Amino acid sequence: MGASLVKLVGKRIGLSIILLFAVSVLIFVGTQILPGDVAQSILGQAATPEAVANLRAQLGLNDPAYVRYFRWLFGLLTGDLGNALSSGLPIGPAIAERLSNTLFLAFWAAAVSVPLAILLGLIAVRHRNGFVDKLISASTLAAVSLPEFFIGYLLIYFVAVKLGWFTSVSTVFDGMPFLKRMSAIALPATTLTLVVLAQMMRMTRAAILNVMQSAYVETAELKGLSRSEIIWRHAFPNAVAPIINVVMLNLAYLVVGVVVIEVIFVYPGMGQYLVDHVAKRDVPVVQDCGLIFAAVYIGLNMLADIFSILSNPRLRHPK
Amino acid sequence: MSSELEYLSHRVAAGRLTRRDFLGRAAALGVAATVANSMLANAVMAAEPVKGGTLKAGLQGGESTNVLDPALNLSQVNFSFGKCWGELLVELKPDGGLEQRIAESIESAPDAKTWTMKIRKGIEFHNGKTVTAADVVATLERHGDKKSKSAALGILQGIDTMKVNGDEVVITLKDANADFPYLMADYHLVIQPNGGKDDPNAGISAGPYKVTANEPGVRYGGEKFKNYWQGDKLGHADQVEIVVINDATARTAALQSGQVQMINRVEPKIVDLVKRIPGVTIRNVAGKGFYPFNMFCDTAPFDSNDLRMALKLAMDRDEMLEKILRGYGSVGNDFPINEAYPLFTALEQRKFDPEKAAEYYKKSGHSGSILLRTSDVAFPGAVDAAALYQQSCAKAGIKIEIKREPGDGYWSQVWNKQPFSLSYWGGRATQDQMYSTAYISSADWNDTRWKRPEFDKMVIAARGELDQEKRKKMYADMGMMMRDEGGLIVPFFNQYIDATGKNVEGWVNNPSQEMCNGYALSLCWVAA
Repeated sequence: MGASLVKLVGKRIGLSIILLFAVSVLIFVGTQILPGDVAQSILGQAATPEAVANLRAQLGLNDPAYVRYFRWLFGLLTGDLGNALSSGLPIGPAIAERLSNTLFLAFWAAAVSVPLAILLGLIAVRHRNGFVDKLISASTLAAVSLPEFFIGYLLIYFVAVKLGWFTSVSTVFDGMPFLKRMSAIALPATTLTLVVLAQMMRMTRAAILNVMQSAYVETAELKGLSRSEIIWRHAFPNAVAPIINVVMLNLAYLVVGVVVIEVIFVYPGMGQYLVDHVAKRDVPVVQDCGLIFAAVYIGLNMLADIFSILSNPRLRHPK
Repeated sequence: MSSELEYLSHRVAAGRLTRRDFLGRAAALGVAATVANSMLANAVMAAEPVKGGTLKAGLQGGESTNVLDPALNLSQVNFSFGKCWGELLVELKPDGGLEQRIAESIESAPDAKTWTMKIRKGIEFHNGKTVTAADVVATLERHGDKKSKSAALGILQGIDTMKVNGDEVVITLKDANADFPYLMADYHLVIQPNGGKDDPNAGISAGPYKVTANEPGVRYGGEKFKNYWQGDKLGHADQVEIVVINDATARTAALQSGQVQMINRVEPKIVDLVKRIPGVTIRNVAGKGFYPFNMFCDTAPFDSNDLRMALKLAMDRDEMLEKILRGYGSVGNDFPINEAYPLFTALEQRKFDPEKAAEYYKKSGHSGSILLRTSDVAFPGAVDAAALYQQSCAKAGIKIEIKREPGDGYWSQVWNKQPFSLSYWGGRATQDQMYSTAYISSADWNDTRWKRPEFDKMVIAARGELDQEKRKKMYADMGMMMRDEGGLIVPFFNQYIDATGKNVEGWVNNPSQEMCNGYALSLCWVAA
């Protein structure tokens, strides 16, 4: 069993790496067809033609595209992310800080939302079609139907402005004490939790209910096990694969899709960094951020697949 | 104690109410003169700057792509933070005049071509070095270098030679320019050690605050510079901080919940709501910025002055001001100058006249629709402004077709490239600078393609004229010419609308720029 499992997982990882290379080509091509010109965008409305020409030459924008692609790829593989065109500062350290902020926020949002969603899903199944089930479904669906900026504004207005419990400006910086940092991210983390909760909860509920239809659950019922015990011991372990899938998708969203939350709460994460540099046509940064986002997405999906393989013996022996 | 009296005493302290009136009001409220007098004394004392503490501003206009190098300062946050740590040669006073900073005096030879700047003694940089004439020359050299990316490159083109003469800098210009001292107030020209040639991003100058935090697009921090040369006037708080809050709703919420004491760019459409927040004061000041509709004078159909006149007469400026800026501005008159400039002369105000516009339109011989390009980024409300204009033009029988362009690339693909589009201008220190930047034939940013040799001659003549009365007349003539023949439709001049939180005092409106011309954090303090 061991060898075939390793082979399966290895194949999956290999595929992911190939996919990542394909994405790097796409990203590079994509950034080449953005309208406008870096030099012009950096200098803005106040640009004189001489200044634009000076900057273009200085930025090496006159080399052919494939030369720039391989230069970029080689830099990435050797750990050199290059310098931002707009500010001339190295991209690596800037991204490292932004990424750690993003991961910090995503981690705490996930730490709250994933157990909560699964617990709520289990409770909903336990009280299927009862009042509790309907309450959980209705409230999480209501939260997910509201646009995320609206949830953010509501929290800012009531919790920050009216009650004054937490700050609405979530700027975090190096050397900030841990508790202060936690208090700063309280509102964005809550918003994110509300945004991702419903999908994970619904999937948990649906997956377990699906398993509850099967014959062995009926057997367990006939054996006289309690409903909670059936759900926890027999249904849940067999419903793990789809739950992991949706959890991973939501984790990916927490890392790559939260730019609106970052803007509203003034949180210095990756999203804002990327958007600013897209607006300035700062191609190296856009490429690096794009690839990091792609890596997160592909990586989490790969993990979801691997966990599914591990959790379901049938997948280990494809016919 | 009566809150009304307290309020009135603050007004006396702020110079908005006379002492006599105050005592009269106090007597009317049944307060003995001695009590009233002591209240007044307390209030005047309270108006003294409160030293210490942290002052925090939440500002729009910062990106993670920004750097500290003053040569590349473009956004509002860099502008305001630059004024915290940077020191200039001269600065614009609220009345439009000049205040001497590092330059103790600027004198010209009678021909307005040779200028001598005396550098003030005993000013210190944050790194402990003394500011010298050589640092000043190095700064001007760096910004004026042909290869420089500095936004001040254009205004330094007129310099022919520079030399250091003891504690004086002697500059000769290629052509006479009576406004030369005003050019030195450009906010990019922060004086740095050795001109910033060694490390322009070091953030070292001689301003009231030393840079302690520089996280582009996120936050900036400054710590009081103990040896600031006029510490009694500027830099009351121990620490200043700027948080970049680009989202308007988040900015207002931060002010409302007291996380910041001041914000910029309150949108005209929510000013009345913000006013209702207890403790919040709206600080609006009329400035030099305007929002033009630019026509290319050399491109059909706009090459016909009759058509241009028709399009100018078809603009309902009052409606535009009311609906787009909610009254927070003043109507324009189709030339780029208003009363915020020192040598301004009011010209007859152009009114909305659909009948006359229709006559001119007929005379121009043009038929069919006219394409107007707009975008959200041109100015706040630019898309609505285009739609309103379309309606007022329809009343004159002129058909306008609106093309809404994406904000991305608007400044590189549409503005100054397409013959009829919306834009904004932030104004300049002097009329000469405004005309030289955008309306002389050779200007890089001649965004109306206004190429008239006789107009260029007028600009150059006025530039060299030292007699202020004659000069004023020349500028009035130039304004008239542009108003009647130019490619510019100016519906309105905007206002800077900032807001401060509870007990923020020391604010001084300055028409040059928002946030007290960038000095809000240095000028203000929070009263107990």
